[in-house]
Amino acid sequence: MQQATLSQILDDRAARRPVVLATNLESGDEKILYPIDGDEQSDLVTEAAAAIHADKSRTVETAEGPVFLHVFNPPLRMILIGAVHISQPLARMAALAGYEVVVVDPRRAFASAARFPGVEVRTDWPDEALEDLAPNLRTAVVTLTHDPKLDDPALHVALRSDAFYIGSLGSKKTHRTRVERLTEAGFDENTIGRILGPVGLSIGATSPAEIAVAILAQITDVLRHQGA
Amino acid sequence: MNEQLEANAEDVLADAHSWRAAGKSVAVATVVTTWGSSPRPVGSQLAVDSDGLMTGSVSGGCIEGAVVTQAMEVMEDGTPRLLDFGVTDAQAWEVGLACGGKVQVFVERLD
Repeated sequence: MQQATLSQILDDRAARRPVVLATNLESGDEKILYPIDGDEQSDLVTEAAAAIHADKSRTVETAEGPVFLHVFNPPLRMILIGAVHISQPLARMAALAGYEVVVVDPRRAFASAARFPGVEVRTDWPDEALEDLAPNLRTAVVTLTHDPKLDDPALHVALRSDAFYIGSLGSKKTHRTRVERLTEAGFDENTIGRILGPVGLSIGATSPAEIAVAILAQITDVLRHQGA
Repeated sequence: MNEQLEANAEDVLADAHSWRAAGKSVAVATVVTTWGSSPRPVGSQLAVDSDGLMTGSVSGGCIEGAVVTQAMEVMEDGTPRLLDFGVTDAQAWEVGLACGGKVQVFVERLD
């Protein structure tokens, strides 16, 4: 491995760019691939993209011999819109599951550090916060405020991003009206269909902690089953 | 916990980078294939310098010794090597993958 290659991987990691290091196991020749951000197209890049989505490094056979595709994905992140009761257990559970958690709520009474010890809490408006956080394919976005004027701006940004999971708290009826608003805002059916709502797996959850379990389980399901 | 593990995984390459930058010879070993049960997943890495200083791991400790021996040779001649470890290997008793799995480890010099 060239030192320059290693430096580049460390830089990409710091910049949260998903990359794949392709190494020929016979010759040792190597190349960094950018299947998500780059525009290079080849069979190897397609394989590398699949490896990134599955978050699994693997060896593939090529005409030039076996090539190891080493996935370097940015860390998982979970962005919670709404510093509500459910967000408190969900933020803790998500951190245990390996996510960097950010809670966004411009209502300062909700977004107090005391309610979210050890969690990054932001009080800017959800769309501005999300633009700044730039959700990528390793990011889950969950809106939990029940309030369209907070949830909707966040969804607008999330739907234009590569976020691997977008979930919205609310009943079926609430979700129907949400879909109507997003349609009026110009989002097409497929795009709106990315939103999982009512949020969470159907496990009969009632308490905030149980609902958090249902949400985290659904996020895990999407994370581990997509592209695998 | 997971965050800590991920941070550790990242440290292998960061360590390798800083050792090399300090002028040491460094080899990096990477698990590239596994069959059956194996203690460390594909992509796990171990870096070692010419003094035998190690960071990271490629198994639960059962093959590290053999990998380091090979890594020393890789540091000398610069030729990467693909190593097989497993129960069918003649060396199995010496390098013993107690779990009964098989792993393939790629060892290369950091140039």
